[in-house]
Amino acid sequence: MSTDPPAAEPSALSRRTFVATTVAVGGAVAAGDLVVGPSAFGAEPSTAAETGPSTRVSLVVNGRRLTVVVDNRTSLLDLLREHLGLTGSKKGCNAGACGACTVLVDGRRVNSCLTLAVRLEGAEVTTIEGLAKGERLHPLQQAFIDQDAFQCGFCTPGQIMSGVGCLKEGRTGSAEEIREWMSGNLCRCGCYVKIVRAVEQAARWK
Amino acid sequence: MYPFSYTRVSDLRTAVQAGSDGGRYIAGGTTLVDLMRETVERPGKLVDISALPLREVTATKGGGLRIGALMRMAEVAAHPTVRALYAVISQALELSASAQLRNMATIGGNIMQRTRCTYFRDVTASCNRREPGTGCAAREGFNRTHAILGTSEQCVATHPSDVAVAFAALEATVHLLGPAGERTVAFSDFLLRPDNTPQREQSIRQGELITAVEVPAQPRPLRSGYVKVRDRQSYEFALTSAAVALHVRGGVIQVAKVAAGGVGTVPWKLSAVEQRLIGQRPSEALWTQAAEVAADGAQPLAHNNFKVELLKRTVERQLRVVGGTR
Repeated sequence: MSTDPPAAEPSALSRRTFVATTVAVGGAVAAGDLVVGPSAFGAEPSTAAETGPSTRVSLVVNGRRLTVVVDNRTSLLDLLREHLGLTGSKKGCNAGACGACTVLVDGRRVNSCLTLAVRLEGAEVTTIEGLAKGERLHPLQQAFIDQDAFQCGFCTPGQIMSGVGCLKEGRTGSAEEIREWMSGNLCRCGCYVKIVRAVEQAARWK
Repeated sequence: MYPFSYTRVSDLRTAVQAGSDGGRYIAGGTTLVDLMRETVERPGKLVDISALPLREVTATKGGGLRIGALMRMAEVAAHPTVRALYAVISQALELSASAQLRNMATIGGNIMQRTRCTYFRDVTASCNRREPGTGCAAREGFNRTHAILGTSEQCVATHPSDVAVAFAALEATVHLLGPAGERTVAFSDFLLRPDNTPQREQSIRQGELITAVEVPAQPRPLRSGYVKVRDRQSYEFALTSAAVALHVRGGVIQVAKVAAGGVGTVPWKLSAVEQRLIGQRPSEALWTQAAEVAADGAQPLAHNNFKVELLKRTVERQLRVVGGTR
């Protein structure tokens, strides 16, 4: 038996074309919902309770309501990066082991790589792109700059989103507690000491 | 990942019907989505049960606990009733996975999770659990993290859960709902040793849904706790772990509940250790003497012989921590 899965995306569009399509559609809709697909994905959604291989989902991303048609296999991470052009969330391991894809769903930090987008009907998603208030950075974003808490920066969006979750959960009582509750985010540059300091700084500002 | 259809259900009847029709339940999805991406799992139809009304923790008569199957790990760990009655459950959960995964994964999904054996996850390797009859690559392969207890010729993979070790120690019950109605299964019968059918991991039938895990009442005061020994300090599966609960009255241990993780193909209930504790007075010597039998029956593989001694020391240490003689 072959173990090769079929291609993840039925669409022949390149990623660049794909993102461009998405942005064009978004730009054409002045005040209404952003609707992505179904033409861009090739498949029509089913209206029955049990869907076919793709499904229409309405969710809120960074305060903006969207209706998208997703291949059921699409992760939230791929929806963000490949379909919505929000490339802040990073694909590290794609298996829930590194934390680079961490976002907030309904206020809770989760691994977006293990979250199927099809399950997010009505959900509110916050990514690193939605954290600042206008030009004003979130205190933890500012703290990462103040503490120089990164080198290559690849894990940083996930670290910050996880840190926001850590702050909300009130697990910032000591450096030890922060380390334990931030352990779902790996940093190959080894900036852990400064990341802990950044979370401590943001906790003091709260 | 292979294509699948998707259904969201909001009531138990519809859920069981969809499951009976061949649907695969998905709750937190942290194991299932990962394994689907690896093509280890290839369900044709996912039934999303996250909206079912199984999200409560209730204290039962006499100080037991009933945990709804869809409670997330983080919610159960933080629940005041759980913390007050069974510290061992909270501790086991908080030492599991990462904060992100604990925000997603549910209690029902936790006890349905599949082994982290790397050969099981690698579809190019032989694995009797994944493809019955193909052999076990771990037996002659890199088996440092594998099981020393409850293994068979067919499979030597460990059960990865921490909270399941606490459930095994506390002799929990699994509540199931299926096409034929409700039934309950003792936790010790729920998770199956590999024997000659390693592909059968739980005693659950087609269409059955876990609705709750119930922990029976114990005499109070009950002191309990969980320790986990790992290759790194956090966010890692156990090499060894121990769940311990003790009730001491009149200076004598009346109730002892002990189980170990990271060492068995299922969470390993340590009845022999319990027997050495019951009726005795807590002392340093007692912890050592009781833990001495923790690894009885162990069959180490080429690379995991260290687990035999580590298991005894892990159990001894946690008996001391919970027993409080030092």
